[in-house]
Amino acid sequence: MASTTPEHGTSTSTAIGEPVAISVRDVSKTFRIPHDRLLTLKERALHPVKARKGGYNLLHAVDDMSFDVGAGEFFGIVGRNGSGKSTLLKCIAGIYDTDRGEIGVRGRLSPFIELGVGFNPDLTARDNVIINAVMLGLSRQEARDRFDEIIAFAELEDFVDLRLKNYSSGMQVRLAFSVGIRVDADILLIDEVLAVGDAAFQQKCFEQFNRLKAEGRTIIFVTHDMYSVERYCDRVMLMENGRMVSIDVPETIAKKYNELNFGRIVEETPVDGAGDRYGDQAAAEVRDAWFEDGAGERVVAIAQGDPLQVCLEVGFHTTVEDPIFSVALRNEMRQTIFATSTEHEPPVGRFGAGETTLVRIAFENWLAPSLYSATPSVARAGPKGANVFDVREDLASVRVFGPRFSGGVADIPHSIEVERQ
Amino acid sequence: MTAPHVESHRPSAMGNDLRRFVDLTRTLAVTDFKLRYFGSFLGYLWSLIRPLMFFGVIYLVFSHVAKLGSDVEYYAVYLLTSIVLWTFFAETTNGALRSLINRENLLRKIRFPRLVIPLSVSLTAFFNLTVNLGAVLVLALASGVRPQLGWLEVPVLVALLFVLATGVGMLLSALYVRFRDLEPIWDVALQILFYGSPILYVASKYPDSVQHQLSASPIAAIFTQMRKAFIDSSAPSAAEMVGGTPRLLLPLGVIFGVFALGWWVFNREAPRIAENL
Repeated sequence: MASTTPEHGTSTSTAIGEPVAISVRDVSKTFRIPHDRLLTLKERALHPVKARKGGYNLLHAVDDMSFDVGAGEFFGIVGRNGSGKSTLLKCIAGIYDTDRGEIGVRGRLSPFIELGVGFNPDLTARDNVIINAVMLGLSRQEARDRFDEIIAFAELEDFVDLRLKNYSSGMQVRLAFSVGIRVDADILLIDEVLAVGDAAFQQKCFEQFNRLKAEGRTIIFVTHDMYSVERYCDRVMLMENGRMVSIDVPETIAKKYNELNFGRIVEETPVDGAGDRYGDQAAAEVRDAWFEDGAGERVVAIAQGDPLQVCLEVGFHTTVEDPIFSVALRNEMRQTIFATSTEHEPPVGRFGAGETTLVRIAFENWLAPSLYSATPSVARAGPKGANVFDVREDLASVRVFGPRFSGGVADIPHSIEVERQ
Repeated sequence: MTAPHVESHRPSAMGNDLRRFVDLTRTLAVTDFKLRYFGSFLGYLWSLIRPLMFFGVIYLVFSHVAKLGSDVEYYAVYLLTSIVLWTFFAETTNGALRSLINRENLLRKIRFPRLVIPLSVSLTAFFNLTVNLGAVLVLALASGVRPQLGWLEVPVLVALLFVLATGVGMLLSALYVRFRDLEPIWDVALQILFYGSPILYVASKYPDSVQHQLSASPIAAIFTQMRKAFIDSSAPSAAEMVGGTPRLLLPLGVIFGVFALGWWVFNREAPRIAENL
């Protein structure tokens, strides 16, 4: 499916030739967060001035967004907590009113914002299914007609007249999901419902979503999970602070999302320069260290597999012959994953007093997703091993992110052969 | 590019699908009714027992101790009728007041016409009223009240009470989202209305000086007319009590005025109910 890269955060195009299922035009949604909400008539009567002026902060949950979703698209919306994606979904679902802008929807829309809305534990599964289905848009007759189908899909035929409170939570989720899926809406809005249920159930959910998609239904999927985004979505929108960052193919957005997400975390992690320092720094000192990507740009987060280099800047106070530069990388578990030095390399030569040198160590990035810190050092070569001038623990850090966590500390390129004897 | 067919997509009071509106209201009301009475041992009887017990106590006190009903024909029947009708009014308005808050999980998760919520409360209370009116009928016939042509008026009077209660309900439910002290305020208002309306007594017991004015309250007018139509055709009609048929416009005006006001306020608040909860 074709995709488009929007300019300056506005996109109006969907894949070519598709009719539009949802169009969002210049939509804004602002919440007033009062400093001191007056919730009673008494307070209003006692503080008439405050009631009129009422200090509040404006929260621009959705800020001037425009985009289209084509019919039959599996459209993802990602963004960090508080980026406004759930508010946007509620505006599309018609639960929240918009302050400005228009949202056009073609076809019946079923929100999966939460499963089993309106389920009552004191009623039987039969009653709950009918209520839930009517809430989701079926008529009572349609709900009754589809009842058997719904129960069969949930595999709960033997428990139809059991009160819901006697159901296990897994059974309840299954029931709620089958109602939602059998409402057969043209457009499904899904907000993280798949966080519930076990892996097998999630698998079943996605099979259903794919079935619906194959039938030409439109799915809007809000999530944090880049894995499912990459696996299922045709196009993905990245949101930040109520605005659209971009709409693109899942791979590109997943990368951007991780940069956005982990970039922030690394900035907030007080690892940089926080570590201990050893050595007298009389002859030489490590002034700085950082990570760079293959293009030489400083990075705090990088995708697994992208070329990575760690750089250190070393200053000399006296003349030093063949100093040894080294660096060690530790992961979050404080395990040293990788260490190297110039000790066994050809001699690096003489450095004079006042000289500054830049050491760049490039390596193939096989690191497993984690937060890595670099501990650089500079030392004098000697017959009895190195004599350290300066060691700076955890001077720089980088977050390596990847689609999944293998469990190992490094993901070494490999091949697997299975030979049946 | 094909422009999408744009239907009004904002949250609203009524929505644009009447069939869905009716289905939802009915489903919610029936569910509430079921929940209240099917889960318990005595079932339906609970719906009856409360007003009956209340009636029993009131009847003992007012006919034997306070002698309020000594000169009222079929006082017991009148008392039960008015208590049952009052129960409907109080149940509807009290229930509607809290209804939006109680249904927060629905309002915040699903798009549906917002008016369904208070209206389903009215409907549940109406189911109860129907059951209770059955008990009233039994008592009336046992007490010697005989069917008369006036009974045809009963549905109209009940309908008027329904309109009034639903109007107040819409108003209260929408305002309660903003003003949470409305609950105790409405409690007090209900107490005043209960003792100020001809429920324990009949409208002719009002002091002469204010009889016309007090009888013109919608509840007084409905209950007075109910007495004449259902119980005792020789009792004064609402028109007589307010001082002439044209003056009936006053209670009617209040009934439909309150309904219109409730409707207007609810419609105005409907789009933002979910976020103000």
